[in-house]
Amino acid sequence: MSMNPRLPLRGLGKLTWLEIKIFVREPMGLIGSVVIPVLMFLVLGRTFGPRLAEAASPTAIQMRTGLPVFVAVFIAISAVLSLVAVIAIYREGGILKRLRATPISPVTILVTHVLVKLVLTAVTVVLMFLAGRRYYPAGADVPLFSFTLALLFSTWSILSIGFIVASLVRTARFAPPLGSLFLYSMLPFCGLFFPVDALPPAMQAVSRVIPLTYAVSLLSGIWQGDPWSAHLGDVAVLLVVFAVCTLVAARVFRWE
Amino acid sequence: MGDTPVVRVSGIRKTYGATVAVDDVSFTVEAGEIFGLIGPNGAGKTTTMECVEGLRRPDRGRIEVLGLDPVRDAGALQPRIGVQLQEAQLQKRIKVWEAVDLWAALYDTSVDGDRLLDQLGLTDRRDAWFMTLSGGQKQRLFIALALINQPELVFLDELTTGLDPQARRAIWDLVRGIRDRGQTVFLTTHLMEEAERLCDRVAIIEHGRIVDHDTPAGLVARHCPQRSVVVTTAHEGAAARFAGLASVDTVDRDGDRHTIRGRGDDLVTEVIHCLSEHRMRVTAFRTEEPTLEDVFLTLTGHSIRD
Repeated sequence: MSMNPRLPLRGLGKLTWLEIKIFVREPMGLIGSVVIPVLMFLVLGRTFGPRLAEAASPTAIQMRTGLPVFVAVFIAISAVLSLVAVIAIYREGGILKRLRATPISPVTILVTHVLVKLVLTAVTVVLMFLAGRRYYPAGADVPLFSFTLALLFSTWSILSIGFIVASLVRTARFAPPLGSLFLYSMLPFCGLFFPVDALPPAMQAVSRVIPLTYAVSLLSGIWQGDPWSAHLGDVAVLLVVFAVCTLVAARVFRWE
Repeated sequence: MGDTPVVRVSGIRKTYGATVAVDDVSFTVEAGEIFGLIGPNGAGKTTTMECVEGLRRPDRGRIEVLGLDPVRDAGALQPRIGVQLQEAQLQKRIKVWEAVDLWAALYDTSVDGDRLLDQLGLTDRRDAWFMTLSGGQKQRLFIALALINQPELVFLDELTTGLDPQARRAIWDLVRGIRDRGQTVFLTTHLMEEAERLCDRVAIIEHGRIVDHDTPAGLVARHCPQRSVVVTTAHEGAAARFAGLASVDTVDRDGDRHTIRGRGDDLVTEVIHCLSEHRMRVTAFRTEEPTLEDVFLTLTGHSIRD
């Protein structure tokens, strides 16, 4: 017989490490979440990088910020979609139910998956930086730490939307397409391709109510060297999104 | 058996929308026994068991497990029970030892995982991914997970469904081993043979209601007291001689084959005496004992496989 200390989130560390190992054993998941964003960054950087490095045109400046932010948002969306898929598969396979019949707290299971996605997000963004450094000489003085933090914070907030999607989708088969539809439909409005100010008024109205807009604003700002204090509004909105979505998800979440 | 039951279920009812899954179900599980809830698929076995495990809350009625309310006192109860769920899965790529290791970390006290895997014959599959295990190996792993915290009460839901007869027998031995170590087992099955060979006591459930409960032998004795002896003999007037025996109710003749039906422990002895007394030449002889399958048929009017 061995004794384990009584902890509020017992098993969190072990389960998180286990889920990371399990994730790495699944080649498709690893390629989708880590390899593709890094490759995308490399290919785009190689194509536009040399031209962007010297150019001082507004387009070049927009691209210099736009590309990394685009890939960062892609990483965040991959994380959310992967979370939606995992929760749906775990529910359908009865894994959630099986864990529920142990002393593990349901909160621990959910926190574990959020942590796994955040760790992967951080790893991907760091890999992206390392791989893309040579194409972005201008990015050499980019605040890597702050940008990673901004991405983790944005991902964390959007993951709470993922939990709502995961709760509403009935079967594992429909989870990824429905999640994609939901998240990708935000892309045209979030200021990623066109600045929000340049959008028609109707689209601007949509922009203001979708959380991704604030994530993009925070990421672009931090990438360009803004201090966090310049983006307290974005941070506040993302915090509210997290709080509201977590409350809603807690009410509608289904374990089986 | 102990004085207070390990499980006491009193008049529980559970509905899903308009469907009544379980209605007015009551039974007890005594300490140290293998108790089986048996019935066809959809009879309410799993719903009942999941209410007792605290995974579902009954609409009505009371449940007491080890003196606790399984829903209200879930935190206190979970460390003392072990659960194997019907058709549960684990992460496809989790290794056997990782699952055991994780489960051990979830409890205050746990038994040695490697020894447990050894007892369940999984040592050579220690590093295998869950998705690569055979059906029997998966079920053995689930038993290991249900036993990791040395529970006082173990729940096994349709443990051997989908397994071949050999794997099934191996699992039965494991379940007997659990009881022999002093733990109480509460299982469900739709296999009457399994219930008969494994369970100390059974409750038969049909359409969400308990039809009867007792030891398998007790149920057979009460509901199907008639047994039969089938004798093949060409002896003249054999049928009449059999019919004259005290324990015999009826004799059916089909050519040389006589099916002698009767009741009581003396039936077989009487038939054997009769054969020897009249020096009958017998070419085939067998006895037929009623089983739980027959009990089920008598109680519900249909076979469990229908």
